Amino acid sequence: MDDATQVGTAQVGTAQVGTAQVGTATKASGQGVARSRSLFDREILAQALAGSVRKLDPRVQVRNPVMFVVLVGTIVTFVEAIAHPSTFSWSITIWLFLTVVFANFAEAMAEGRGKAQADTLRRMRSEAEARRLRADRTEERVAAAELARGDLVVCEAGDLVPSDGEIVEGIASVDESAITGESAPVIRESGGDRSAVTGGTKVLSDRIVVRITAERGKTFLDRMISLVEGANRQKTPNEIALTILLAALTIVFLPVVVTLQPFGRFSGASVSVVVLVALLVCLIPTTIGALLSAIGIAGMDRLVQRNVLAMSGRAVEAAGDVQTLLLDKTGTITLGNRMAAAFLPTAGHTEEELADAAQLASLADETPEGRSIVVLAKQRFELRERELAPDHEFVPFSANTRMSGLDIGGRSVRKGAAESVRRWAVEQGGTVPEGLDEAVGQVARAGSTPLVVADGPTILGVIELKDVVKQGIKEKFAEMRQMGIRTVMITGDNPLTAAAIAEEAGVDDYLAEATPETKMELIKAEQEGGKLVAMTGDGTNDAPALAQADVGVAMNTGTTAAKEAGNMVDLDSNPTKLIDVVEIGKQLLITRGSLTTFSIANDVAKYFAIIPALFVATYPQLDTLNVMKLHSPQSAVLSAVIFNALVIIALIPLALRGVKFRATGSAAILRRNVLVYGVGGIVTPFVFIKLIDLVLTALHAY
Amino acid sequence: MGFLWTIVTLVVALGLTWRYLGSYMAAVFDGRVHFLGAVERPLYRALGTSPDREQTWRRYATSVVVFSGVSFALTYLLLRIQGSLPLDPQHLGAVGPALSFNTAASFLTNTNWQNYGGETTMSYFSQIGALMVQQFVSPAVGIVAAIALVRGFARKESTTIGNFWVDLVRCLFYVLLPIAFLAGLVFVGQGAVQTLAGTVSIHDAMNGVTQTIARGPIGFMEAIKQLGTNGGGFLNANSATPFENPTALTNWLSIYLMLAIPFSLTYTFGKLVGSVRQGRALLAAMVLVFGVWVGFTSYSEHQGNPAVAAAGIVHQSTGNMVGKEVRFGDTSSALFAVASTQTSTGSADASYDSFTPMGGFGLLTGMMLGEVTPGGSGTGLYTMLIYAIVAVFIGGLMIGRTPEYLGKKIQAKEVKLAGLGSLVMPLLVLVLTAVAVSVHAGRIGPLNSGPHGFTEILYALTSQGNNNGSAFGGLSGNTPFYNVVGAIDMLIGRFGIMIPALALGGSLAAKNVVPESLGTFRTDNTMFVGLVIGVIVIIGGLTFFPAISLGPIVEQLSHGKFF
Repeated sequence: MDDATQVGTAQVGTAQVGTAQVGTATKASGQGVARSRSLFDREILAQALAGSVRKLDPRVQVRNPVMFVVLVGTIVTFVEAIAHPSTFSWSITIWLFLTVVFANFAEAMAEGRGKAQADTLRRMRSEAEARRLRADRTEERVAAAELARGDLVVCEAGDLVPSDGEIVEGIASVDESAITGESAPVIRESGGDRSAVTGGTKVLSDRIVVRITAERGKTFLDRMISLVEGANRQKTPNEIALTILLAALTIVFLPVVVTLQPFGRFSGASVSVVVLVALLVCLIPTTIGALLSAIGIAGMDRLVQRNVLAMSGRAVEAAGDVQTLLLDKTGTITLGNRMAAAFLPTAGHTEEELADAAQLASLADETPEGRSIVVLAKQRFELRERELAPDHEFVPFSANTRMSGLDIGGRSVRKGAAESVRRWAVEQGGTVPEGLDEAVGQVARAGSTPLVVADGPTILGVIELKDVVKQGIKEKFAEMRQMGIRTVMITGDNPLTAAAIAEEAGVDDYLAEATPETKMELIKAEQEGGKLVAMTGDGTNDAPALAQADVGVAMNTGTTAAKEAGNMVDLDSNPTKLIDVVEIGKQLLITRGSLTTFSIANDVAKYFAIIPALFVATYPQLDTLNVMKLHSPQSAVLSAVIFNALVIIALIPLALRGVKFRATGSAAILRRNVLVYGVGGIVTPFVFIKLIDLVLTALHAY
Repeated sequence: MGFLWTIVTLVVALGLTWRYLGSYMAAVFDGRVHFLGAVERPLYRALGTSPDREQTWRRYATSVVVFSGVSFALTYLLLRIQGSLPLDPQHLGAVGPALSFNTAASFLTNTNWQNYGGETTMSYFSQIGALMVQQFVSPAVGIVAAIALVRGFARKESTTIGNFWVDLVRCLFYVLLPIAFLAGLVFVGQGAVQTLAGTVSIHDAMNGVTQTIARGPIGFMEAIKQLGTNGGGFLNANSATPFENPTALTNWLSIYLMLAIPFSLTYTFGKLVGSVRQGRALLAAMVLVFGVWVGFTSYSEHQGNPAVAAAGIVHQSTGNMVGKEVRFGDTSSALFAVASTQTSTGSADASYDSFTPMGGFGLLTGMMLGEVTPGGSGTGLYTMLIYAIVAVFIGGLMIGRTPEYLGKKIQAKEVKLAGLGSLVMPLLVLVLTAVAVSVHAGRIGPLNSGPHGFTEILYALTSQGNNNGSAFGGLSGNTPFYNVVGAIDMLIGRFGIMIPALALGGSLAAKNVVPESLGTFRTDNTMFVGLVIGVIVIIGGLTFFPAISLGPIVEQLSHGKFF
């Protein structure tokens, strides 16, 4: 597995968690919300310890039916231990109590990690004054907290933007590192898709007038804080379904254990209440019950570490279900700029001649396309940028002429759209060489852009400008296909160009000449067929589609409208990250499913420990079932209870990190997880209960 | 017939039946079979319905409950006034209220638990008019409920899941009546008694005693008894008597009939949801569990009786013959018994009480698995689908998608209903057994004490809770206590699962279908078969392990000690 695919494994203990992405590597995230902490961060551990005691409040416990039963069981054994004190009943009581504490600890750990991030954010919240514009355009100084929606404020170099808003006037460079962790300033200007500013960011140059769009307490920063804190975390649909299953399993084990009392009495055995409670706690799915909410919180946390903010847990879960990814061509699939790829001379001219003229025509062209022509000429023919005679004059590109070039010493070199350059050459007295149209057509058909180069009346040939597909993206799409996800490329290009790029990038389908309307239609059509759709977008005209999509990831550089419409925001504004989001969503569900399986599979060994212990006094022959050869009935029961409690602690790292995820087909994933968590879940407790029993025996506890 | 030969012929016959009866039933419930249209249409008119008038799951369930309520009232009434009705040559008189209550509940739930001896309690009129009628309609209700659930999978964004009355009529006229008629001819042809002439008295001059030989309209009742997974025989000794089960061929036919519909319904399921592979996966899970249990139980019975061994006779070449019909022997009786307990039939050609502890364990645990391998008529399929949904949910999470089965998302509501459907039986059986072993009326029931006595009570309530009706024996069941507790057990065991199953059908039918892709959780491969078996065995095992260990396990570990 290479770096680009290694997504499910956040490396715990190191600061760098976001792994390298396709095409654009995410930075080592040391700032902003993207800060990750070691699993055993001392500060978080201390807070979690306090939290695990605070959460003993029955009002908190009752929200988790499984652990509530354990708490009630603890109280029962506690009363029993007081009434009939013995080392055994006190030991059981203490370990049952610890089971509850460990569960609280797991949840507090997960929450603590979110809280630590929230604290960092909170420190950045500006308490500064705002310069509000009165109706008569004079300024007044007010506290940022007093700002209301629709107020106009002025920000100049050095000012903090007091709240979320939209620039109505001016252009400025803004330092958004507080939010994104990205230290390079970004340009924000009025009008268009780059007009949104976020509260807490800093204006570095110029002067802008901002219309406030969010009140205090409802800004983007505020929302981020409450999200990473998990303050009003709501259970997601799958989590609810799983909670129901766990509750059902808890309910059914209640009569299983309670009826043992009359069954035992009928058989002439007296069954101790303490042992029955111990059996109940061992049978109900405490492992997953204890870790369930931690898994959910940690899933959100993993997203935040990759600089993606999900507006709800539901969105994260939906990401795992996505079957269609709509990906914008530019920036996601291709690098965004067309690059010169080949020189195609017309008959009678050499490639070098053409390259030379093309380079000359592009020397003054500062666009990425122009630079790429210069670079290609250099690479192919060692043509260096040259010193130009002083009498040269650049002819810049204009929408009218649709070409650019250079006039030097009576020589005029031009490059540009085929039609325009042709016409210009003919005007200069030249003729259109044979084979030019064919070459132009060939380039266009391959999905590239043809530029024709003319030196005065002589047309030298065609430059092929190609959309460059990001490295590694094809492999990524192949993985997606393995996971059953269809990738659709969205582009404004004509169908010919789109088809060629789609082919090269290995996407499953493409939408050419896309408009917001056709995009919306596509989403609806996919959803109609029962599929969940994910997309990225940044423009205001993307907003309806972002809202319609099941997972809509808005770019942080995008407009407020886009961010409001989507259910996730990518702070790095890297559309490729959609793929990571899907994997995190899947990993979240897999972790829950695997630990549930593990939890249930554990019951087998616990039965073999406790049932013989329970009845061996009445039916000595039942000792045959004591396959682990545990020392005594009491050590057997206690060993099972201790294992049950310790396994929660042992699995906290797994719950927080998520189980390993590989982008392969469902059958392979299932086979692996059934083997590790199902079969492993049956075997593991046999080993560890025996070990605990050996330790207890060695300590002469029993 | 040798045991191996029996198995081979059964596999071949059932394989063909699975394929052809399965697709035929799919055609019947799709409304593509019409050869009895002349009978069908007037019936629909009389019932005030028509095939176009589809029902929501609530209407469907209400119809089931209303129909079962009427069945109950009618059966109860006929038994209570039996003395005033014709066809009572023995003048048996009215059946008592508690027994009538238990029997009515027993036959309407397809359980056929019998707290009576047929020949000494029921008139011919009751046997035919009350009991045999229920033996036709109660499996039909089970089958149509399963079909309604299957429609939930097959349909897309639909509010309805079929019409109960239409399904019921089609099931009776196109499936149960024709097959039962043909099978009845074979039973009678082989020598099963079919007469209304009453008992005969025979004077045995050699011993100087007069014997009364019971007779009756037995042959045709025998056919539906097995075909409808009913199990309630005309005579007390059930299929162990030559009058019900005269030859090796009828013994084979009995086993075949019990298994025919429950297995074939998996094909019907596959056909209706558009992928036979899906049905084959469920079939594989059923066959594997069934096969293992047959092997285990036959092996245990073939080992000989531990008590006899303890007495010094170690080599018992005939296996454990205590309580066996000499005509059928150890392994064949074990096969019959496993087929009977795992199809919720409950008929018997041997005394289960006299099985070895591990043989009895095989029968008891076969029922504790929830009657899904292959289970009763229809009830087996829908309970199996409930377990499959639980398997899909856990397995689906493990691949990182909202779990889906046949394109239907399994969400909170489905988990709730599947959880209810799969846990109601263990809960019911354990609680009622606890009641029975705690109160005096319950404790005096079993003939034996200790673990065997415990097994007798547990077996009775497991059998009734699973609507099986198989009797372990040794329990005096015809007491007010066991009559009432048993009836409650049977009614909750039936409707506590059937109604959630219908609700599932309604909930699934309303959903859109998620298209299949490489990322879809596969429900037609070996892995899924394994997961389903895992869920069945783990739910059954985890809930019943403590109880089982106090019954047959202790007994087995006691090496032939009597209790």
